[in-house]
Amino acid sequence: MKTLRIGTGAGFAGDRIEPATDLARYGNLDYLVFECLAERTIALAQQAKMQNPETGFDPLLERRMRAVLPVCYENKTRIISNMGAANPQMAGKRTLEIARELGLKGLRIAIVCGDDVHDRISPDQFELMETGQSLADLAKPVISANAYLGAGPIAQALADGADIILTGRVADPAMFLAPLIHEFGWAMDDWQKLGRGTLVGHLLECGGQITGGYYADPGPKDVPDIANLGFPLAEVSEDGNAIITKIPGTGGLVSVATCSEQLLYEVHDPAAYLQPDVIADFSRVTMTQDGPDRVFVSGGDGHARTGKLKVSVGYVDSFVGEGQISYAGSSCVARGRLALDIVDQRLKMTGVNCLETRRDLIGLDAILGQYDGDTSHIPEVRARFIARTASLADAKRIGEEVESLYLNGPAAGGGVTQSARQIIAIVSGLINETVPSPTITMLKV
Amino acid sequence: MRLHQIAHCRTGDKGNISNISVIAYDRRDFALLADLLTPAHVKRCLAGIANGAVERYELPQLGALNFVLHNALGGGVTRSLALDAHGKCLASAMLEIEIPER
Repeated sequence: MKTLRIGTGAGFAGDRIEPATDLARYGNLDYLVFECLAERTIALAQQAKMQNPETGFDPLLERRMRAVLPVCYENKTRIISNMGAANPQMAGKRTLEIARELGLKGLRIAIVCGDDVHDRISPDQFELMETGQSLADLAKPVISANAYLGAGPIAQALADGADIILTGRVADPAMFLAPLIHEFGWAMDDWQKLGRGTLVGHLLECGGQITGGYYADPGPKDVPDIANLGFPLAEVSEDGNAIITKIPGTGGLVSVATCSEQLLYEVHDPAAYLQPDVIADFSRVTMTQDGPDRVFVSGGDGHARTGKLKVSVGYVDSFVGEGQISYAGSSCVARGRLALDIVDQRLKMTGVNCLETRRDLIGLDAILGQYDGDTSHIPEVRARFIARTASLADAKRIGEEVESLYLNGPAAGGGVTQSARQIIAIVSGLINETVPSPTITMLKV
Repeated sequence: MRLHQIAHCRTGDKGNISNISVIAYDRRDFALLADLLTPAHVKRCLAGIANGAVERYELPQLGALNFVLHNALGGGVTRSLALDAHGKCLASAMLEIEIPER
């Protein structure tokens, strides 16, 4: 039976590069997939593109391509990535230049566009999942609106002979599903196969999170040589069942436990994982250890797709200002609380308009909320005051008030840091799958 | 004893919703977990975090439960004022839940 080998080259925009190169070199891969778009990344990239039309794609694209292109060319490993972000055209052009520079003749680069639906949605009719109100009612400046495209356009680009495919927003698992559709000839209504391919994609899309990354807890969950964590690959059979593994000599761990954690990562109802191409069903998935660092995953399923696509809308929400200062010693909690009270009072006295505020003592209550225990033995805390404002000028005032505690606040405060930034936030809604018109542009080296 | 001794967890985020998996090290403990960790009990133990509805899904073949916590991320990752805006650390709060000694 034919088996396809698909590896993960990145699980997020800032991911490590050398594990991807190792995987490309030693993984005997058919496909290498780089997933580099978090929820907000495209909105930020769109902003960058508005400043400079030559940007708007993944800032690490060039380093990644230089690292893996020669070996992928040699091994005939095809590359699929959403590193195009808000500017797949420019990402494609840049990749073409790099490939020419490296002398990789004959390479074909496909650019998939069409996810940008900013001009195709009407704000008064676009209902937000988060609130039920319309986008028009939100009354905030919209920066971007991108639909999560499915595997179809990527599979088409593969059929057209692409060696490298660069996209904007597509559903993360679709980048892994597409080569399976292309190579195995799965029908776009074979729901079980599409569900299984989505399962493979879901397990692989976060890179090291399935090979022992984000898993280690010394004692109960030891992970060998974790600094040398290997990225994952799947050996996928024609029936869609798969072995998850990594290349020998890398650190990390592939076990039923690591795979189970990743199976449920960012999943709500495991029986209904909504995707553009299928409603994937993970509820009866089974996993068995098939050898060291090898897990056999089977039992994925799927149901007819909804016909709707999710759209992420990026908008300018507000500004946020923040300041932090540390206190140590047995009365540090009391001094930290006094510091936060002073900042709160000073902001009110000086007319800073805070739309929302939050105060934390890092080390005590910043993560899990109110701490009711004894605080007399807490050796140190870091007081943090953060507020949402309508202007950058007001946001900057937060850090200024924290900094002024140096000379005007409780005893022995140190290590002030401050920041003020614009908040680009994301809301979501659904559109009919017929709204976007994906396009494929092929460049040849 | 604490849940940490018999299970492991991972948190994921989508908008203002956090999901936390609870996976038994030994699948024979699944029935115990399913019995102890009712959605109501989890909501009580994570008071101040799980501010909305708590749903639970079961995957007995993997010894796993999946909890979905609504209104748990300060309005959502992209605009929350929280230090851990993704709620990545919440899995550790789940593992602190006390369970009966055996």
